[in-house]
Amino acid sequence: MTLSEFFHMGGYAFYVWMSYGLALVVLLAIFFGPMIAKKQILKELRMKYRQQEKLDNGN
Amino acid sequence: MKLPAIVHKFSSPRNFYFMAGRLIPWLGWSCLILTLTGLYYGLIDAPPDYQQGESYRIMFIHVPSAWMSMFIYMVMASAGAIGLIWRIKLADIVAYSSAPIGAAFTFLALATGALWGKPMWGAWWVWDARLTSELILLFLYLGFIALQASIEDPRNAARAGAVLALVGVVNIPIIHYSVEWWSTLHQGPTVTKFDKPSIHLSMLIPLLMMAVAFKLFYATSLLMRARGEVLKREQNSRWVKEVVENDAK
Repeated sequence: MTLSEFFHMGGYAFYVWMSYGLALVVLLAIFFGPMIAKKQILKELRMKYRQQEKLDNGN
Repeated sequence: MKLPAIVHKFSSPRNFYFMAGRLIPWLGWSCLILTLTGLYYGLIDAPPDYQQGESYRIMFIHVPSAWMSMFIYMVMASAGAIGLIWRIKLADIVAYSSAPIGAAFTFLALATGALWGKPMWGAWWVWDARLTSELILLFLYLGFIALQASIEDPRNAARAGAVLALVGVVNIPIIHYSVEWWSTLHQGPTVTKFDKPSIHLSMLIPLLMMAVAFKLFYATSLLMRARGEVLKREQNSRWVKEVVENDAK
């Protein structure tokens, strides 16, 4: 099998590679979504705790 | 019925956070290795199908995605029930974090099915029982997500979501048996049946590899999502404060 035969997929290239491409995009989004979300949560909590400390020190 | 104390200890959010943190790299890397091996055997090593030619290679993501769409739903509904009965916070978080992953796999099963249906059946979509019940599954996931998003208190959101998820369980056997109960273009089961699989080993092995890889993917991303959610829901406890402070260093 040559490389161009492989990419050609017996004439079904569009359907096969669209399926695999779509799966890649969706799964990457599912994988990296929570990483970004966790960074955001940590940032928010850090600010929240800092504000709480300021309030506590003020009293 | 009361659960033994050890269950509560292990399902404590704090314990979960640190255990999951240690598990994630192992699950993630084995998922990647298995995916690449499965793709090699599925896309390069396996021969073309005698009827469908090369187009059948869509199967290696379509079928595992469809299996995952039902598997994750059962996990979500079971976790919802556990949260409902024993009020284990972690179970609520597992149900909540499973929904987007399940919805993604359901979407993939439908989309790759359409991409396979067009060249083989001549239609992107037909309103038969298998496709329709899978579409209903997608709506159940989206309904679960929307319902939980609309309720502010996480306890009440979890309770409402669990009830919806449990009612929707009815759809799972319908999806599985739809190809036997109703006439359809969709082919019957070749692997999940009480008989020898009617698929050649050279195709069955990469299919099962991809199925396990998708399970590992689910486990990895579920733990990652659940960890973030634990931090959010436990933000008033001391250990979360320490985690956040240690992270800043």
